[in-house]
Amino acid sequence: MSEHSAPVQGPVLTRTFRVLLALAGIAGLLLLWRFLFGLGSVTALNDGYPWGLWIAWDVVVGTALATGGYGMALLVYVANKGRYHPLVRSALVTSALGYTLAGVSVFIDLGRWWNVYKVPLAPWHWNVESVLLEVALCIMLYMMVLWVELGPAFLEKWKASGSQLGREFAEYFSPRLSRALPFIIALGILLPTMHQSSLGSLLIIAGQKVHPLWQTPLLPLLFLISCIPMGYGAVIMESQLATRVFGRRSENDLLRDLRGLMSLLLLAYVAIRLGDLAVRGQLGHLGLDGFTALFALEIGFFLAAAYFLKFRTLHAPVLFRTALLVLLGGALYRFSAFLFAFNPGPGWSYFPAVPELMITIGIISGEIALYLLIVKKLPILAALPKTRVQLPAGTPVFKSAEGGVEPVAPASGRPSV
Amino acid sequence: VFNELELLARSGSSGVTRRTFMQQSVLLAATAVGLPATAAAEVEEALKRGLKPSVIWLHFSECTGCTESLLRTSTPGLDEVLLDLISLDYHETLLVAAGHQAEAARYDAMRRHKGSYVLVVEGAIPTKDGGIYCQVGGHTAMEMLEECAADAGAIIAIGSCASWGGIPSAGINPTESVGVPALVKDKPVVTLPGCPPNPYNFLGTVLQFATFGTLPELDARGRPKFAYGRTIHEDCPRRPHFDAGRFAEAYGDQSHRDGHCLYKLGCKGPQTYANCSLQSFCEVPGAWPIGIGHPCFGCTEPGIGFTVAMHDTLPIDLMTPPTTYAPIHAQHGKVSPSATGLAGVAAGAAVGAALVASRKLGENGTGEETGKE
Repeated sequence: MSEHSAPVQGPVLTRTFRVLLALAGIAGLLLLWRFLFGLGSVTALNDGYPWGLWIAWDVVVGTALATGGYGMALLVYVANKGRYHPLVRSALVTSALGYTLAGVSVFIDLGRWWNVYKVPLAPWHWNVESVLLEVALCIMLYMMVLWVELGPAFLEKWKASGSQLGREFAEYFSPRLSRALPFIIALGILLPTMHQSSLGSLLIIAGQKVHPLWQTPLLPLLFLISCIPMGYGAVIMESQLATRVFGRRSENDLLRDLRGLMSLLLLAYVAIRLGDLAVRGQLGHLGLDGFTALFALEIGFFLAAAYFLKFRTLHAPVLFRTALLVLLGGALYRFSAFLFAFNPGPGWSYFPAVPELMITIGIISGEIALYLLIVKKLPILAALPKTRVQLPAGTPVFKSAEGGVEPVAPASGRPSV
Repeated sequence: VFNELELLARSGSSGVTRRTFMQQSVLLAATAVGLPATAAAEVEEALKRGLKPSVIWLHFSECTGCTESLLRTSTPGLDEVLLDLISLDYHETLLVAAGHQAEAARYDAMRRHKGSYVLVVEGAIPTKDGGIYCQVGGHTAMEMLEECAADAGAIIAIGSCASWGGIPSAGINPTESVGVPALVKDKPVVTLPGCPPNPYNFLGTVLQFATFGTLPELDARGRPKFAYGRTIHEDCPRRPHFDAGRFAEAYGDQSHRDGHCLYKLGCKGPQTYANCSLQSFCEVPGAWPIGIGHPCFGCTEPGIGFTVAMHDTLPIDLMTPPTTYAPIHAQHGKVSPSATGLAGVAAGAAVGAALVASRKLGENGTGEETGKE
């Protein structure tokens, strides 16, 4: 892939980067506090709501947003749509970061985190009936798979580096990784399919605690088919923002081609959601209450997104906002199922505490900072002029700073991130 | 009736000696039955001196429920009671001997422990036609009671039947059954009514007698005040619902499911003196009528238990209005205003930034050459 991708380059320690680092640093200090004095010292978690913001946002929504790599792998390697290849690596980076930090969040959220080594290392301790075990194993494995999938980017970097050792290492492993990659990629498609649906299964176990508008045996299916358009939505927003910020060639045409698949999945989700409620005779739970409003809002986000995705020539801002709608709908669905429509019994309430929020904000900041670092130092984003997608006739000609094979640093006057 | 502690002691490998085990058992027993914790040491001393009271246990008109519940204690367990705490010399349910041998054991104990044995009576005594409706070994219950009570050091009537007649005396009372106090007039009779009574109330009384040679303070009906000093209503776990006016109106209605007060279903708690809510039956919390959602039926009170219809309500005797009304459910979890503010700011900033970013994407008109300014 070396001929397709190139580092963005440019200075790393920009002001934005420093702010992000500062936020991550605050979270780091709070985490120290958490590990010294326990979950109760930084969170508002309680016995009714043992899963709060960290699980609902960092893990459940976070991994759904990070399914871009999964969705792209499905498209490119399963559906054999090679033209999407330029989007794969950046999608993999967001996925790898998203999953890694989801893993970190789970670790932080574990009351007895010192036992976590048993999940990968001590199978004789496993409870094989546990949905959570499947989720933990899949997320851990998939995290590794994602970084291995990104391996070629690192190897290319080292191959091009001046270090003798790095070059030799890269030359030794590159061919071996290339041979292994098809299996790794197959694993990278299997694992998210398993655990994204399992995230839904977790709530089936919660039984009547979950409001009947959300509780259904089809939760795993709903979680699975809604995570893929969310992943694409994240890819769209990431690509558009990267294009804008780094002053790169637009990938909007390619992104627009995701419309059909996204709207198909969104409509399928809405149809299954409503159909399932109707078949099981649960539509009577719709009424004039907050739950129905929440339900309508989720469905509304997805339907609005599906409506906009109908148009062949979506303007860039509209495409961006449509992707945002998909993310909002999917995130709201997950938040509702895990928190808003989750009622552990009378008297229980939960709202994340300030340190809890700051840790989540810090984790997001750290994720963005890592993304910036990676795309600037590694060949991730498409080196577009060489791999130029065939544009429809009449598309305005791109007149950006990147003229050559190697993108240059952003031109002066451009916002530098 | 083995408990963990005992298994440890028997195993001999845990470092728990029989002595420490006995101390633990006695301490548990003493505190379980309402004796002060300091009494444990004295109980132990008394036991070491070998002062095990001889107990003669008579069964009359009854169902053996009192014995059955006594068999199910665990601190102390039945074997501790029988082997270490008391010397049970006659008990028709537990006796090894039979027939004349059994009766001989009774007479032997009465002779050897004259004036000091504890007489426990379980069951009512029929008095009609000379008491012929309950006989053991050719003797009527009346004769046996008279005989045994004469030389007893202490007399305990266990259960509602022995205390005041109980079920055999209910309704038309065909056998004219009465409790022990109606026949034994010259000695104090400790009554432990209940159907069945809590075995720990019995053990507490016996332990006190064994250790100090005294009987607990009794009320006008001969009931130990440590167990029968307050009404069920006063210490009822559902009391906050009564105070707040939350009543189950029918079995299975929402209030009943939510665990509200059972007064309107006929709960006799307001006039029934017993410690059911404070001292779990055989360490099973909630194993009593109100605990499982049934109104108290007043088994310890003559004139109420087996007399007032199950679902008739009684007037409230003791009015003790609360100063505050407890909530139905305790509130857990708090929402800090600064957290909501921060969450709002963060979410708002994220959505705002996304919208601003999306507008910038289209700044150059076509929305296509997004890399260009």
